[in-house]
Amino acid sequence: MSDRSNDMIPRTPLGGTEPRVDTHGPVTLTEVTNTAIASFASRLGQESTAQDVLAKFLGTPVPEAGRAVFGDALGAFWTGPDQWMVTAPHTSHEDLAAQLVPLANGSASITEQNDAWCRFDLLGDGLADVFERLCPFNIRACSGGEATRTSIDHLGCFVVVADPTHIMVMGPRSSAGSLHHALMTAIRSAH
Amino acid sequence: MIIHHPLLGPRDASEFTYLGDAALIHRPDWEAEDALDQFIDYGYLRSNPAGLHRELWFHEGGDRSWLVVTRDTTTHEITKVELARDVARQEGRSK
Amino acid sequence: MSQTNRLNGGLINRDRPMSFKFDGKSFQGYEGDTLASALLANNVRLMGRSFKYHRPRGPLTAGSEEPNAIVELRSGARKEPNTRATTAELFDGLTATSQNRWPSLAFDAMAVNDRLSTFFAAGFYYKTFMWPAAFWEKVYEPIIRKAAGLGSLSLEPDPDSYDKGFLHCDLLVIGAGPTGLMAALTAARSGAEVILADEDFALGGRLNAETFSVGDQSASGWAASLVGELSAMPNVRVMPRTTVIGAFDHGIYGAVERVSDHLPVPADGKPRQILWRIYSKQAILAAGATERPIAFEQNDRPGIMLASALRSYVNRWAATPAKRVAVFTNNDDGHRTAADLHAQGVKIAAVIDTRADGPVSRDYEVLQGAQVSDTMGRLGLTFVKVQLADGSERTLECGALGVSGGWNPNVHLASHQRGRPTWQDDIAAFVPGDALPVGMSAAGAALGHFSTHGALQSGVDVATKALDVLGITSNRPTLPEAEDAPINVTPFWHVDGAKRAWLDQQNDVTAKDVKLAHQENFTSVEHLKRYTTLGMATDQGKTSNMGGLAIMAELAGKSIPQVGTTIFRPPYTPTAIGTLAGRSRDEDFRPVRKTPSHTWAEEQGAVFVEVGMWLRAQWFPKDGETHWRQSVDREVSQTRKSVGICDVTTLGKIDVQGADAATFLNKIYCNPFAKVPVGKVRYGLMLREDGIAMDDGTAARLAEDHFVVTTTTANAVGVYRHMEFVRQCLFPDLDVQLISTTEAWAQYSVAGPNARDLLQKVVDPEHDISNEAFPYMACGEISIGGVRGRLFRISFSGELAYEIAVPTRYGDALIRKLVAAGEEFDAVVYGTEALGVMRIEKGHAAGNELNGTTTALNLGMGRMVNKKKDSIGSTLSEREGLNTEDALKLVGFKPVDPSKSVPAGAHLMTKGDKVDAAHDQGYITSACYSPNLGHHIGIGFLKSGDTRLGEIVRLVSPLTEVDHDVEVVSAHFIDPEGDRLRV
Repeated sequence: MSDRSNDMIPRTPLGGTEPRVDTHGPVTLTEVTNTAIASFASRLGQESTAQDVLAKFLGTPVPEAGRAVFGDALGAFWTGPDQWMVTAPHTSHEDLAAQLVPLANGSASITEQNDAWCRFDLLGDGLADVFERLCPFNIRACSGGEATRTSIDHLGCFVVVADPTHIMVMGPRSSAGSLHHALMTAIRSAH
Repeated sequence: MIIHHPLLGPRDASEFTYLGDAALIHRPDWEAEDALDQFIDYGYLRSNPAGLHRELWFHEGGDRSWLVVTRDTTTHEITKVELARDVARQEGRSK
Repeated sequence: MSQTNRLNGGLINRDRPMSFKFDGKSFQGYEGDTLASALLANNVRLMGRSFKYHRPRGPLTAGSEEPNAIVELRSGARKEPNTRATTAELFDGLTATSQNRWPSLAFDAMAVNDRLSTFFAAGFYYKTFMWPAAFWEKVYEPIIRKAAGLGSLSLEPDPDSYDKGFLHCDLLVIGAGPTGLMAALTAARSGAEVILADEDFALGGRLNAETFSVGDQSASGWAASLVGELSAMPNVRVMPRTTVIGAFDHGIYGAVERVSDHLPVPADGKPRQILWRIYSKQAILAAGATERPIAFEQNDRPGIMLASALRSYVNRWAATPAKRVAVFTNNDDGHRTAADLHAQGVKIAAVIDTRADGPVSRDYEVLQGAQVSDTMGRLGLTFVKVQLADGSERTLECGALGVSGGWNPNVHLASHQRGRPTWQDDIAAFVPGDALPVGMSAAGAALGHFSTHGALQSGVDVATKALDVLGITSNRPTLPEAEDAPINVTPFWHVDGAKRAWLDQQNDVTAKDVKLAHQENFTSVEHLKRYTTLGMATDQGKTSNMGGLAIMAELAGKSIPQVGTTIFRPPYTPTAIGTLAGRSRDEDFRPVRKTPSHTWAEEQGAVFVEVGMWLRAQWFPKDGETHWRQSVDREVSQTRKSVGICDVTTLGKIDVQGADAATFLNKIYCNPFAKVPVGKVRYGLMLREDGIAMDDGTAARLAEDHFVVTTTTANAVGVYRHMEFVRQCLFPDLDVQLISTTEAWAQYSVAGPNARDLLQKVVDPEHDISNEAFPYMACGEISIGGVRGRLFRISFSGELAYEIAVPTRYGDALIRKLVAAGEEFDAVVYGTEALGVMRIEKGHAAGNELNGTTTALNLGMGRMVNKKKDSIGSTLSEREGLNTEDALKLVGFKPVDPSKSVPAGAHLMTKGDKVDAAHDQGYITSACYSPNLGHHIGIGFLKSGDTRLGEIVRLVSPLTEVDHDVEVVSAHFIDPEGDRLRV
């Protein structure tokens, strides 16, 4: 493969060359682009092998339904029966899916999802006040480690709670502008 | 409405898409002698009970599971929720 | 004359005076006032005109049940008609205008209706406008439209925003009167997550309007200290200004929080209101009770109001509608009003008690066994005429009359799921029945416990029961001492012999109208309601329905519970449409999906079109092009001549993996996929189970166990849902896994004779994309400037074409790179219009042809349905009705006169046949101007079309006056042999 020529410049989901950061009141909303994502779905009859592979890769047990795990660099959250999203830094793991394929060795179906999603991280206090204006998921009951797909302003999004002061929202990349607008509107309304 | 997802607990019905009668799981055998008749029944004949009804809901805004929800059509009371894949296997769709 | 009717005391803040305007006149009130209380303090009783007869009216109530004091609040774009002055919280600078009057409130020309009232009795609408029929549209309707409706709209967009939100709790307490406060306290101290919602801005319910004490505090003081305690608890959310408007399935409640209605304008970024969806495990209806009036002659004059409202104005707001008042009652609670007003220095003309054995007073006269027989005062009450027990008459001078006919528990939410209330004789009122919404219990006055002690006790008891259900041990608070007087009501609904005794004051329904309905046999409550419009106004009959039912019962010789109530429906109080819409309006109506080339396309001045939620470039106008056709014709011609580029990211992409991936595709597509080699793409047609075409696309085999399937843009969501249905419900033991990858890849079509030459400049040099190495329908991985990508040799235009994909973050870079590389070929970028033209020229079916009524046979793809395998739709596609001799077939059409167009939607007739539905031969589905052929073309469905090539048929569209001849031709106008695809 030839060297990356300088005309293939990546854009962020919001269309910029640098991730966007907004702060309002106690909340900081950050566009996060340094995330490689791969979906990892167990093959039929190979569920336990696949889970072992994923657990070994992550260095933690795989998350249960509705849960997420976070390592130093790697993370994963449950997306459906026998199915997870695996995350890693894009800078070091752009080829995350390709790395997982040989490890799984046919026990799981792995699909690159790097650029299917835009990710916004909300950091700060009072996030429950923001999320109660966005989705039916009860953030007040979360202490960290929860992950769910829910609907935010008509967009199917993953909401992953690192801790009550750090919540990640992953939405369809093509609607990054609409999702960012929805999040900022809720932050301004709540704070 | 609230649907108690077997894996995820109570979820708002707005996250789901409704299909209809869970009898749709029982797709006829295409090689049966009367396959055409069976498919016509399968495609067009539905019970419409006033009372308990087993129906298919898709957790489209969630984990993408198809569920079999047993709902009383007169009160909306939901008495049972199962993963449709499990139901399909139990009811002989495995092969 | 400022606040001449303001008394001492009250819960108003005299340190915060506020100016406001009503009908252009300036007044002063205080923080804590409502518009109604402030107007009464300023000696203004007349606040509105009624709907039908334009009768002068003042407030009947002091709350959200108000039928009369309905005003237009604010001005300009924020003007809101039909706002109740009795709940509008005063703010400095508030402006309000009376409505339903012209030219002024005191002199209203439409009041002539009142003189003509015999014409406007119940049912007048149905009787009067029946004939002549021709008059309806030209005469009656315009007049009715002008006269109808309460208030007027600003006709400007609402400048405010509205939020929607979601709350979760163990226990929702609806109403923060003595019952609700005690229930919330019980649950809160027991550790439950509690939401306490009340429509008022001051919590406490009637405790804020009474003079008795609770424990060793004033009633309002006790309420305030409890609210303080609750507000400080982390497990309690106290929500003032929040009306629970509906009880829905499974413990879900709708509630409207008026965040900013008490402010001149909402704070920056803040909504005006929030519609909350509250998920509760248990709920307690502590909504209290509403006093009901008694119907008597001329009972609607400004100054006549519910006795409890009179008491509220005097005690809570220190405002009296008049210096001299009378009370008309059938129960002991009316006497409390007289006593409280007397204590505040208001002169009591007399208490008129329908009962012969009611209480007496040392401070003022009580007329026992008496009734009000008439009233006087054109724009406000001046005298009431009383018929005494002995039959004699007496006239009392008074400016206000408090009326008490007993109390109705606010059962509404308990009946939102059709549960019927039950009658309770001792209070002569309906209480919540057995079939309450799941998880709800009623308590306090809403359950018929009218004394304060009874309410407090009920709050604790019902909360304890709810906690039991939740598995929480109740920590019961000690009950404070409180009054426990019975109300001793003797039912008395209306004074006999009245000619104009009003029941529903907002819709102007009288006792006589109910009699007329009965006489004309509209005796069912639902018919009574619709015939007389009783209870159909914005107040939903909160003060009037019971009176109507009682009179109907009397006439029908039934008991009130036998007559029954009408159905209670949400919302409990009027709710703005904007609140229901929330943020989903204007440009935020739904999310926008942008393609990876969006920024670039905007820079080029592209014209965009919405396709589903996607914004796609429709065409790219160049300097000098003044008509869209010039741009589109150029884009088409240049693509066919050299090369064109188009963003096709919007096509749905679904990753299909697993050992049984090919078997799975065999199920969902009617044509076979098992033998597609790795590195190849195949077109697939997907049927519905009934044999009708559902969607089409391509499946690229990236590995033995790995395909990427494309769907049409519009059907991506539905196809994915269908595939999951087939996978989970029909074939649960196939080893196949699905995931959408639509958004992961930016994908561009590069089409035209120079497509390969252009691409060769873009892909990294190690990739051989020659015709030999990368033939038609090949697919594979490539790289562009070191970025991983995918290449598919597929064509929608009919030209030599490729689709090239890179991770979406590089999509912007790739379009720029393609355009730069295309310069030497004079490449164009084309939009969806040119895409459409080229596919019609090529005769490719799209959404217009896969329109939910057509089969593979209709589409000319009948032979694709493989009979050697089972696929969705294959069996039912063989039905006789779908396979007739004269089945519709997809063919092309060109106009015999080349200057004519071939409009889509026009129908086809055999020459010489009659033009009617019975002789219909088919219709045009897609049409365009073909710049390559120089005339219009169309494709569409024609009976036995494939055997009629060359025939001239008649194209008709009577609505658009189309009627000319077209020739039936092959749908493949361009390169029918497909040579261009394979070069």
